[in-house]
Amino acid sequence: MIQVENLYKKFGKNEVLSGLNLTIDKGGIFAVLGPNGSGKTTLIKSILGMVVPNKGDVSVSGIAIKKNWKYRQEIDYLPQIANFPGNLKVKELIRMIKDIRQRPSDEQTLIELFKLDSFLDKKLSTLSGGTRQKVNIVLAFMFDCPLLILDEPTTGLDPASLIRLKELIKKEKANGKTILITSHIMQFVAEVADEIIYLLEGKIYFKGSIEQLKKKTDQTDLEHAIAAIATTPANA
Amino acid sequence: MLKILKYSFYDLIRSRWSYVYFLFYLLLGFVLLFLNNDVSKAVITLMNIIIVLVPLIGTIFGVMYYYNSKEFIELLLAQPIKRSSIFLGQYLGVAGSLTLSLVLGLGIPFVLYGLFKSDAIFDFSLLLVTGAFLTLIFTALSFNIALSNENKIKGFGYAVLLWLFMAVIYDGLFLMSLIIFKEYPLDTFSLVATMFNPIDLSRTLILLKLDISALLGYTGAVFKQFFGTDKGLFISIFMLVLWTVIPIWRLSYKAKRQDF
Amino acid sequence: MRYFLIFFISFFITSMGWSRTLPICSDCTIQSITEGVSMASDFDTLLIKKGTYKEFNILIDKPLTLIGLNYPIVDGEDQGEIIRIVSDNVTIDGLFIINVGTSYTTDYAAIRVVKSEHFMIKNVVLEKLFFGIYLEKSNNGKVYHNKIIGDAVDEYNSGNGIQLWYCKNVEVEKNIVQHVRDGIYLEFSDNIVIKDNLSTDNLRYGLHFMFSNDDIYTNNTFENNGAGVAVMFSKRIKMIGNTFRKNWGTAAFGMLLKEINDAEISGNIFEENTIGINIEGSNRIRYENNSFLKNGWAVKVLGACYENTFTKNNFLYNSFDISYNSKLNDNVFDQNYWSEYTGYDLDKNGIGDIPYRPVKLFSYIVNKTPETIVLLRSLFMDIIDFSEKVSPVFTPDNLLDKNPLMMKTL
Repeated sequence: MIQVENLYKKFGKNEVLSGLNLTIDKGGIFAVLGPNGSGKTTLIKSILGMVVPNKGDVSVSGIAIKKNWKYRQEIDYLPQIANFPGNLKVKELIRMIKDIRQRPSDEQTLIELFKLDSFLDKKLSTLSGGTRQKVNIVLAFMFDCPLLILDEPTTGLDPASLIRLKELIKKEKANGKTILITSHIMQFVAEVADEIIYLLEGKIYFKGSIEQLKKKTDQTDLEHAIAAIATTPANA
Repeated sequence: MLKILKYSFYDLIRSRWSYVYFLFYLLLGFVLLFLNNDVSKAVITLMNIIIVLVPLIGTIFGVMYYYNSKEFIELLLAQPIKRSSIFLGQYLGVAGSLTLSLVLGLGIPFVLYGLFKSDAIFDFSLLLVTGAFLTLIFTALSFNIALSNENKIKGFGYAVLLWLFMAVIYDGLFLMSLIIFKEYPLDTFSLVATMFNPIDLSRTLILLKLDISALLGYTGAVFKQFFGTDKGLFISIFMLVLWTVIPIWRLSYKAKRQDF
Repeated sequence: MRYFLIFFISFFITSMGWSRTLPICSDCTIQSITEGVSMASDFDTLLIKKGTYKEFNILIDKPLTLIGLNYPIVDGEDQGEIIRIVSDNVTIDGLFIINVGTSYTTDYAAIRVVKSEHFMIKNVVLEKLFFGIYLEKSNNGKVYHNKIIGDAVDEYNSGNGIQLWYCKNVEVEKNIVQHVRDGIYLEFSDNIVIKDNLSTDNLRYGLHFMFSNDDIYTNNTFENNGAGVAVMFSKRIKMIGNTFRKNWGTAAFGMLLKEINDAEISGNIFEENTIGINIEGSNRIRYENNSFLKNGWAVKVLGACYENTFTKNNFLYNSFDISYNSKLNDNVFDQNYWSEYTGYDLDKNGIGDIPYRPVKLFSYIVNKTPETIVLLRSLFMDIIDFSEKVSPVFTPDNLLDKNPLMMKTL
């Protein structure tokens, strides 16, 4: 599904990705983890074409993404910070994204699921952070794309919504989709992820299932395993 | 691109700043015409306003809008849309709505006043065309500044500085160099220096209409060729087009290589 | 009145049977004008019928009236002068004279009047000429309703439309002069009245006069002449109600005044000239009720000019209203209307409450460095002009209109 080869990215003097190689197969939930500043968001944005790498290639579904934008039709993206143009109403934003993507969409069930009906006529600038994140989720899930990229999807959600989100993710996985997630909430990762991709200093430090990770680090729960991984010599 | 243009235009039309801008021009037009009752004087006053205020508003509004719509741009970047379309759409949305405010805001009072029956119509349309060019140019320049500066304060600072430089400082330096080197033939230099500043360029274009009798008082052959024939008009307009195209081109070039 | 008398007398003589009318045409007994003149006696009328008369050096040496019927063509074939009048009481009416010879040594004219009085030249059309109507030491005559269309290209081989040299009491009225060197030229001619003429598109000056005193110019229009109108070395001139338009160029002006004293200039319109009036060494001139409209410089004062007064003039949308090349000012500006005046009139007496300073610092700068003209109307210039207005350093500080009008005068 996704091939990343020898990816380098510098922001000023700060090298964020240094020769990163990654292959993600079709189907399943992949959690991209790593300490702050390890390049998780940069990696995701590189895949989305928002960050232009200094070196290396990225291809999605076998198509090189360089100077290409049509491949994004196959991707649904949930950005980390839910910033929207404040002048628009929720309804208008949804309509606009639909208009831009020109794809069949299923926003109605999602709106009902997250109980957003009463907010549809409100301007985005008046919404709370949590509600905004729900709108964000609706926008990301309403299309039927084979690749889903979720950057910190749990931010600001209340427990009930969190449960609905998890159900949603599992449902999409059952539909055979590839889902890429970054999160700081290990409990959430442990619950949904099939595979862990651990980034450190701009490289893949570990890639494998949660079980493999626990085994490797001799830890019983994910949180400790993640905490310990950086000190374990890399051999993955 | 048209879709982006549509939405950013839509967004702008709903923002109160476009109305403020529009109403400002509307009021200005009415005040100038109906309190003064003198089209010629109104055209001269308008010219002063257009070459000073339009660039300022274009710059400030451009920077402001870009920073305000950063989220929107980021949202769009993840969508299957070409990058240059996003930025050009946004740019044209801002520049277009500003131009529309200018043309309608000033046009309505002048039409109501009976401009079509007056012979000032050519002067006036020239003013509007120049104003439109200045809006396009300075919005493009401000987008470039904003795109290159993540920091809002810095971006605003540079934008205001750009305006101040083009509107005042440049002419001061220009004047000084003319006075210092007055022993030398300066007509080619002064025309070329005019070309390098869109505000001076627009001013020259308007001078060609309003002050041609004074301009022809100068002895130099180059001046005479420039001001005395249609050459001046064509060169000035060509340069204005260049001034519009180059920042837009740089905007789309820069946008393709920018990280978000 | 004088002319009326002449007509009356000539009519009287004719009716007495003393004078005859001699027809001239290709089928008549008299076939050329020269022949007609030689056969005619004093106070006869030569009736020249339609046709082409290839003649030059026609010498009219007795009081005759030459009348053209339907504009007969007198073709000089570029040989030299065409008609020379050396007698008093000659009238020429309705001829179409073409192809005057060009010479670098002799000023050939279509019609030359030499040392004669009571002449009348009217309804004459001149084309392809060198000099048009040339009056030389001739007095008490009239040049009325003629049309002079030249094709002058270079100053050195072209002549003037109507030229007066040492003449007195002549009226030049309702003539149209175009495309010659100087439209109307006067030298050493006093008590001349020049009115209702149209002098346009001439190579050098629309009107040019020197050393001519006590002349009156009214209701003439001078447009698009190479250098406008030049008035030099003359006294007691009156210029009233003339229009000076579109004289554009390096040394072009609506009017150039040089060494003119005690003149009255009123009710004139100066429109779209590079310089409206260029004044050099001229004193005691009254400028009243003139309108200066869209000129580059409305009034440019060079050198010593004393005791001139500018009152009730309109200064409208000029690039510069007044320009001085020195810091001295001995002229008075009072109660003019300045379109650039931005003051207020709180007591509603029609006069602005703060004085207006018509000289800009920028005009001083442009005088010093002409290229700076490209900075006209720039914000920077407005700023320094403003500071100069607040505290004059380079421009005459006593030059101000203390009573600027709030409304245009008519």
